[in-house]
Amino acid sequence: MTVADERLVRTGVARRLLIRPELGAVVGAVAVFGFFASQSATFRSIEGVANWLDPASTLGIMAVAIALLMIGGEFDLSAGVLTGTTGLIMVILATRYGLPIWAAMLVALVVALLIGFVNGLIVVRTKLPSFIVTLGTFLMLQGVNLGVTKALTGTVQVSGLRKAEGYEEARALLAGTIPVGGTDFRVAILWWIGVTALATWVLTRTRAGNWIFAVGGDDQAARAVGVPAERTKIALFMTTAVAAWLVGSIMALRFTSVQANSGIGQEFIYIIAAVIGGCLLTGGYGSAIGAALGAVIFGMADKGIVFAGWDADWFKFFLGAMLLLATLANRFVRRYAEEVRH
Amino acid sequence: MTAIDEKTPAGAASALLEVRAAGKTFGGVIALRDVSMRVCAGEVTCVLGDNGAGKSTLIKILSGMHAPDSGEYLVDGVPAAFTSPRDALDRGIATLYQDLAMIPLMSVWRNFFLGSEPRLGWGPFRRFDVARAKHVVREELRSMGIDIRDVDQPVGTLSGGERQSVAIARAVHFGARVLILDEPTSALGVKQAGVVLRYIAQARDRGLGVVFITHNPHHAYPIGDRFLLLNRGASLGEYGKADITREELTSLMAGGAELEQLAHELSRGDPAG
Ligand SMILES: Nc1ncnc2c1ncn2[C@@H]1O[C@H](COP(=O)(O)OP(=O)(O)OP(=O)(O)O)[C@@H](O)[C@H]1O
Ligand SMILES: [Mg+2]
Repeated sequence: MTVADERLVRTGVARRLLIRPELGAVVGAVAVFGFFASQSATFRSIEGVANWLDPASTLGIMAVAIALLMIGGEFDLSAGVLTGTTGLIMVILATRYGLPIWAAMLVALVVALLIGFVNGLIVVRTKLPSFIVTLGTFLMLQGVNLGVTKALTGTVQVSGLRKAEGYEEARALLAGTIPVGGTDFRVAILWWIGVTALATWVLTRTRAGNWIFAVGGDDQAARAVGVPAERTKIALFMTTAVAAWLVGSIMALRFTSVQANSGIGQEFIYIIAAVIGGCLLTGGYGSAIGAALGAVIFGMADKGIVFAGWDADWFKFFLGAMLLLATLANRFVRRYAEEVRH
Repeated sequence: MTAIDEKTPAGAASALLEVRAAGKTFGGVIALRDVSMRVCAGEVTCVLGDNGAGKSTLIKILSGMHAPDSGEYLVDGVPAAFTSPRDALDRGIATLYQDLAMIPLMSVWRNFFLGSEPRLGWGPFRRFDVARAKHVVREELRSMGIDIRDVDQPVGTLSGGERQSVAIARAVHFGARVLILDEPTSALGVKQAGVVLRYIAQARDRGLGVVFITHNPHHAYPIGDRFLLLNRGASLGEYGKADITREELTSLMAGGAELEQLAHELSRGDPAG
């Protein structure tokens, strides 16, 4: 064993650090923070932090769910538009049909679970790429959101949630603020941290987590040792849908209205955050904390560019550069991990 | 295991598995006809034969994937009626195929317990007992003399031989009494093949019955206790180690006369070539 221990010391530490999926996101987050903090005093103030954690939180909840799905080897392009669908269902039921907020949210949750289930079922049964299947759901939901909203209101938004029964309580729970050191932080930040912690626990400390890595890493091999691959994947699509429902509800309660095109275009931002957080596009590898950090980088860049007094157009350039860097780093990690040694 | 060479071919020990005059056809193809073999505890039975000889078909019968069309398959002396590989696994018959069903990006310990994770706690707090999993893997690998630097490393970073060894240790841990290996050494270099053969010997010494499929007599001869030779679906006989030399095995396996014919054809200046 002395020989083995000696080798462990030589290669163990470096390798363990290198193959942590969130390494890139940690380095990236520190670098981006340092950069904008040096450019703008507001950015590094507590108000600034509260400001850029706000977009990071709702994006983060989705990015973490998408990360789980991507580790499980699938994509969901309908996740963004689903935040709009669930928000619309909730506001329409509460304002047009007089349902209490909680009942409206429950209905929206059931619809979300159903959509997630159908997405998952189609993917596992047809074995079509989830990219295509959820692109289909994405377009369908986009059409439904617009069509139903226009038919009901004659406009492209539904509003008036403030008058609904239970609004104040629901808002306090999901979309309120809590003062920390004299600054108001969005309560969604707590939800985001909670979701990240739960996802991390599931991934690293439960049997389900082992199955998620396995179905994403090698579907056939996982089945061969008795992993219920289909159930695992369907559950992942449903988890993503629940996250979309949570974010949809947070947004609707915060703005008391929902645009019919809400959430469209966000689906790629979730994937980008997950990839910056170390998820491989090919599945089987990644981390929830990494995806949460990917969302932090996104939030910092989003607000930091404004604080630094630049044109907001530069944000997209920045995002693209981060994505390229992260993908290159991930490819290196994958090669390193998969390389067969003799 | 000191008296391997004195072992009698018929085997005094009671057989874990026994196949009697088994046959299997696929449509018009006779994949296997009238083949008999036995697998005993603490012995290695090698199945040798050229491509298409029926080796894989035979082990698919043993592992519960196919039922034989004719003949008998006995497990512990009782006729077996397996409907799936799961049934065979539940009786302690583990089959390791070439791809081994391991996930390259997952760590050794995660792979080891994949599909049979030990758990702790209750209800929604039920969790993967990670500490125990790592401990068990370390102990199992060590007790088989497998030198893996770190059970946290991804399986993809292991060499082919190390992967085979981990798969063997996994089967042993999950209570396999019979280990069936389909060409475990065919893709490996000389050194790596030696490593795998050593762990096959380890499993044998622990009292498992091993079925080792190969088309390399040089891998089979040193470790085998009995040798079943297949040719075009038919048995060329089952030999005990004492009954056959390595040279005889090699020439039987290659189909002696055919090899001479080949040597003749390939020799330089042959006008018929
Ligand atoms: N499912 C099947 N359907 C039809 N024919 C089959 C099937 N499985 C095997 N065969 C045929 O049975 C014969 C024996 O095949 P088998 O795979 O058992 O050979 P093998 O000895 O394992 O060969 P190799 O060394 O190439 O692995 C071959 O002619 C093959 O084409
Ligand atoms: Mg074969």
